[in-house]
Amino acid sequence: MLNSKLARVGASVAKHLCTRNCTSLCGVGYVRTGRYRYLQSPFQQHSFTKLHKGAMMERHNFLSTMTTNNTTEEGSEEKETISVTFIDKDGEETHIKVPVGMSMLEAAHENDIELEGACEGSLACSTCHVIVMDVEHYNKLEDPTDEENDMLDLAFGLTETSRLGCQVIAKPELDGIRLAVPAATRNFAVDGFVPKPH
Amino acid sequence: MQKFAIFRARRWLCRSFSGISSNPLRVCVVGSGPAGFYTAEKMLKAHQQAQVDIVDRLPTPFGLVRSGVAPDHPETKIVINQFSRVAQQERCSFFGNVTLGSSISLSELRELYHVVVLAYGAESDRSLGIPGENLKGIHSAREFVWWYNGHPDGQNLEPDLKITDTAVILGQGNVALDVARILLRPTTELATTDIASHALATLEESCIRVVYLVGRRGPAQAACTAKELREILGIHNVDIFIQESDLLLTPLDEEELKSNRIQRRVHELLSKAARSKPKHIGLNQRELRFVFFRKPNDFQESKERAGHVSGVHFEKTVLQGVSHGKQIAIGTGEFEDIKCGMVLKSIGYKSVPVDGLPFDHKKGIVPNDRGRVLSDPSDPTVPEKGLYVCGWLKRGPTGIIATNLYCAEETVSSISEDLEKGGLIPSSALEKPGRVGLLQLLHDKNVRIVSFSDWEKIDSEERRLGSLRNKPREKLATWDKLYKAIS
Repeated sequence: MLNSKLARVGASVAKHLCTRNCTSLCGVGYVRTGRYRYLQSPFQQHSFTKLHKGAMMERHNFLSTMTTNNTTEEGSEEKETISVTFIDKDGEETHIKVPVGMSMLEAAHENDIELEGACEGSLACSTCHVIVMDVEHYNKLEDPTDEENDMLDLAFGLTETSRLGCQVIAKPELDGIRLAVPAATRNFAVDGFVPKPH
Repeated sequence: MQKFAIFRARRWLCRSFSGISSNPLRVCVVGSGPAGFYTAEKMLKAHQQAQVDIVDRLPTPFGLVRSGVAPDHPETKIVINQFSRVAQQERCSFFGNVTLGSSISLSELRELYHVVVLAYGAESDRSLGIPGENLKGIHSAREFVWWYNGHPDGQNLEPDLKITDTAVILGQGNVALDVARILLRPTTELATTDIASHALATLEESCIRVVYLVGRRGPAQAACTAKELREILGIHNVDIFIQESDLLLTPLDEEELKSNRIQRRVHELLSKAARSKPKHIGLNQRELRFVFFRKPNDFQESKERAGHVSGVHFEKTVLQGVSHGKQIAIGTGEFEDIKCGMVLKSIGYKSVPVDGLPFDHKKGIVPNDRGRVLSDPSDPTVPEKGLYVCGWLKRGPTGIIATNLYCAEETVSSISEDLEKGGLIPSSALEKPGRVGLLQLLHDKNVRIVSFSDWEKIDSEERRLGSLRNKPREKLATWDKLYKAIS
């Protein structure tokens, strides 16, 4: 039991290192655009700092995850994170680390990922609608409550693996989950999804 | 040399005030509800050189989020936080108390701005056009909603809830469910919401015990959504009545439900409610009665109280399939009355045109192609230059707040396409005066502008008054009170 858990953590560290490289490359890209825009207007300066901070935070997170993984081996699971990939409307992927217990809506906002959240996670709108890109991960989620389903009724571009970002809470089983913002899915098929006959 | 210095100074001033280049894209959005704010947000994001001014006829922003969303739905109003952040952006301004058509004309506005987006919604009502519609005791649901939400034009409605124990609501959409819920919900539960105090006082003395929700078609076609239905079915001390025979599905109904998740779930909820027996019928119980397959034929006048409604004469209907699996209600020639002392018509809002605006009176919208206003609806190749629509004025009065997100995205992408094509700002043309011109014109016309920081004064006064009564806010529900708060 413990062994398999350690193996999983190990795998996630390996995966993490891999995605981290990719993200930090993206990070550089962000900063560059930011600096360029910074020359244009004071308004942009703000977003530049924010993005820059974002990049710094990611780096910080990386370090803390490393230590976390060490402490996990000692038996503490505090601050454990999972890898999450967001796919935006244009199909661009962003890889982030999300602490266990945090909602995908919060995680998106902390990482400057564009995901609306009109009601700020109070289950009164459908704007943080995300599509889980593989059925395996979707099946690991608790079933949506009636209240969530009521909101999903109104979501734009609803699919069989749609959820509200505010109701998907990071847990270890979800490591590696891929979430698409609706418009992005027009050209994608959800992995392993077989349409149910009506 | 001196000229140059002035030029430079002006440039500098312009820059330091607006924080953007000296030649911004001047955009005016009319209406500060969800459609207006989402349009502003998306314009600011898509065009770094855009300067967006939002005008509204009321001194308060946020449109139907403030005066439409029910007081017992505070979570739905949280979107105000996001809109406030937009209004506080450097390149965005809010000018309340500015009415398109009287404070400023559409042609004046188009002179001042490169881009004008009309998002002023629907401030009127569809009418039934049947005899007796003007009898006392018959109101549009919109007026009733404005009344309980403290809209400054809604305070005079003063509905009499003491002369009758029965209200009939025509329509079964979410607005119909909202007004039914406000009539039936225990006032102790409403007392801690931001409901207008005059409305709370009237509701506390209400004699209404029975509310009918009447639809022309069946439970498979009900226009409400599951959330609102679930909510009203769960109110304390209200017995629900639904005829089980109404719930039988025809093959055409089943076809309709198959392709519509919302209607399917609504039908399930109604079926469940019909099967469960009333909790405990007692004298103090309130009742909610769903009535299907009835269309109003005329309103009956009271014999005791001249000029006042005493009932609705309904014609029974059956459904008839038309194209695309849609079914419409056809009268059967069989009639039935429901006695009542109050009627709320919840059959749809209607937009009102302004001078110089192409308008489709039949559909109640501005003819448009993906938000571009068309003077000739049959020819989308010649749009009105620089004039756009968003929200209910563009697509009719349906949908939820989030619908405007996509609606605004579409309008803004049309604007972006037109900008790229170069039609909106010819390089040789003079700069448009934008905000400075607007302020000058309004000053000349003696219009008292309400800025966003003025609104913040109203906001904090309302919150202060609310805290005294254990409410999130106490709305200032008259024009006088609103003006006083900012003077």
